[in-house]
Amino acid sequence: MKLLSWSRRGLIAAAGAALVAGSLAAPAIAQTPPDVLIVGQIAEPKSLDPAAVTAVNDFRILVNVYEGLTRYKSGTLEVEPALATSWGISDDGTEYTFTLRDGVSFHDGTPFNAEAVKFNFERMLDESHPYHDTGPFPLSFFFSAVQSTEVVDEMTVKFTLNAPYAPFLSNLAYPTGLMVSPAAVAKSGKEFGRSPVGTGPFKFGEWRSNEAVVVERNDAYWGDAAGTQAVVFRPITDANTRVAEMLAGGIDLMVEVPPTSLGQFSGNGFSVAEQAGPHVWFLILNAKEGPFADKRVRQAANYAINKQAIVNDVLEGTATVAAGPTPPAFAWAYNEELDPYPYDPDKARALIAEAGAEGAELTFFVTEGGSGMLDPVPMGTAIQADLQAVGLNVKIETYEWNTFLGEVNPGLEGKADMAEMAWMTNDPDTLPYLALRSEAWPDKGGFNSGYYANPKVDDLLESARTATDQDERARLYREMQTIVQDDAPWVFVANWKQNAVTNDRVENFGLEPSFLLHLQGVVKN
Amino acid sequence: MGSYILKRLASAIPVLLGITIIVFLIMSLIPGDPATAILGSYATPENVEKLNRDLGLDKPMVQRYFIWLGNMLTGDFGRSFSLNRPVLDEIVERFNATLVLAGTSFLLCAVLGILAGVFSAARQYGWTDKAITFVVLIGISVPSFFLGMMMILVFAVNLRWLPVSGMYAIYGGGDLPDLINHLIMPALALAAVATGVIARLSRSAMLEVLRQDYIRTARAKGVPERRVIMGHALRAAMVSIIPILGIQAGFVLSGAVYIEIVFQWPGVGRMLVDAILKRDLLLVQGGVVFVAACYVLFNIAVDVAQSLLDPRIKT
Repeated sequence: MKLLSWSRRGLIAAAGAALVAGSLAAPAIAQTPPDVLIVGQIAEPKSLDPAAVTAVNDFRILVNVYEGLTRYKSGTLEVEPALATSWGISDDGTEYTFTLRDGVSFHDGTPFNAEAVKFNFERMLDESHPYHDTGPFPLSFFFSAVQSTEVVDEMTVKFTLNAPYAPFLSNLAYPTGLMVSPAAVAKSGKEFGRSPVGTGPFKFGEWRSNEAVVVERNDAYWGDAAGTQAVVFRPITDANTRVAEMLAGGIDLMVEVPPTSLGQFSGNGFSVAEQAGPHVWFLILNAKEGPFADKRVRQAANYAINKQAIVNDVLEGTATVAAGPTPPAFAWAYNEELDPYPYDPDKARALIAEAGAEGAELTFFVTEGGSGMLDPVPMGTAIQADLQAVGLNVKIETYEWNTFLGEVNPGLEGKADMAEMAWMTNDPDTLPYLALRSEAWPDKGGFNSGYYANPKVDDLLESARTATDQDERARLYREMQTIVQDDAPWVFVANWKQNAVTNDRVENFGLEPSFLLHLQGVVKN
Repeated sequence: MGSYILKRLASAIPVLLGITIIVFLIMSLIPGDPATAILGSYATPENVEKLNRDLGLDKPMVQRYFIWLGNMLTGDFGRSFSLNRPVLDEIVERFNATLVLAGTSFLLCAVLGILAGVFSAARQYGWTDKAITFVVLIGISVPSFFLGMMMILVFAVNLRWLPVSGMYAIYGGGDLPDLINHLIMPALALAAVATGVIARLSRSAMLEVLRQDYIRTARAKGVPERRVIMGHALRAAMVSIIPILGIQAGFVLSGAVYIEIVFQWPGVGRMLVDAILKRDLLLVQGGVVFVAACYVLFNIAVDVAQSLLDPRIKT
């Protein structure tokens, strides 16, 4: 009996201790402070050196610390002046001369000038540059057209391209083109990515590994001062935990909310922002061999798949149905006359019968998840069921993302008839140029993994790349979209709308079509 | 004893060498290379080749293994390309966090598990025993990550007693009470299964001892029951409980991977998962070797402790 009474005493003591601990613990959970915005990120950044990173997650921090020569006009994907105030393009489209903004300094106090611009591009592109070893610079090919960078005078810089390249201006607005302080790179060397120095509205504060990156208001900023004293980026890799932190008030702003969690944030102190961006989710069809070598079967697949159901039911309305290869977010280059392939299983069956492909066996590469891939497994099984319904027997093979890319990028020949894919780009040139031209077949170093070839499309894309007049470029892209939609090298499925949730202490927040996260104007109460 | 320890340490060397070979081969042979992981959609064969060259991955595999091994022996674990910092800095920092979590959890499961086992055994088939067995079974059966998610939902989101995740508060934290606040839920969730296992096995170890003659003798002599249990029986049972603790320590360390992800604890498990997904070869290899070395050393320590407790073990 003694033992039992001892255990009861023990239990009571333990319960008491727990209560005391609980009451001690409770007040320690402070609310997040005012004037400091806490952002839930999806991962730890790799580096804060804009030339060294490739992930949207890292870009979200960078665009608040750095600026480029150009930037995207708010709410669009059109280019406007930033650190350059104006520019001129030579008639042959190979020389770009920029006038730089006066009186801009980097956060370390050194001046922003033509020498700094030259340093930035040569660091990335010239293997003999003394600071080229601060790389590698995986996206330097965005500027592979740049042959030389020349300092004309203190505030004028001239780029000479090896061929006309119209996307140059919008590539300058992409995070890879953000300007770093040459003095800071010289000082920090390989560690520059952990102590970044730019010209932006926020300056770097501290980086506590796996806990937070803190940026603070830059009081010497040349433009409007930032609306908050500091922004804290917290990496929270698990989506459920991110949602829980948002619900519990541990973060003020959360990006990439899982579609199934959106319902938890409707009303009651939260607001959800949505913004369509330059994203397209599609199926690559193997046009070289098998049933999809026949255009009619490729069109049949486009008719057979119920894209509206995928967008509404699988993605819970976080995407819209795609009509063609170019996302509508590229408003200036988008062909408004294109309508998506309607869901029409009867027409699909007729086309398949005409092509004699009834009962064909197809191999379908599906990934478990990856950049921009949304919810690839449920989407893949929905597609499989739709194709089954019109008499195509689809066998799914699922791969982890890196393995998947290793299978798909070298081409589908001999392996699969179709594969999932998604792209986010900054210029209407990028995706079709890299993935639809006959010169972009995998053996030639491109991403045309389905071996689509149409000489007319090749011509249009080459001309659009070299035309410096935007209206002319737009006309060429629109014509390309019409042809590609009819040729159906892909099944055009969805354009993602990125989303974000803020709590009611956050004001002035908006998302941009570029998928970048500009927090300069945001206020936190 | 000294020569026994030396012998055990010497036998760890081939084990560790084997681990370096296995982890190197696995990381080299799984599909998907670092350049593809970095470049994502932009991974053209040309870009991949250039980036692999920049990362020094264009050399033959055998040569890369010996370069890696040689550097590691001089204490240079290389540089992580996904975090852009020295691998060893990252591992040490993260391993500290894991030790705090796994250490607390291990203490919890050892103390709670042994106590539960002792009480169960002392009251075999009584209501205490049945109640404890019931709770213990739940602890063993519920996956730790699920338990963790439920705890977050109840105690952090609904009751707001404890923070959801992380190791320290972003603002105004950093002291011991703050750490304890953040530690309570992950440590309990991680301890649950191991507590159950230890409780079950301590119970049977205790029952076996309690049937021995000398226990009956002690009781007959009129030794108080508490001293019979805690003094005589538990002491003898510890010989078979300690190896269980050794095994559970390894279990807690590996279970920390799930818990670190659910609670976003900045530990070595979460680091390894991220590093594998990013194909950060040097970080994965260095991390696995480091953790394996700790595990091997811990096991040697357990063996030594057992030989001290039980003179029948030949040293």
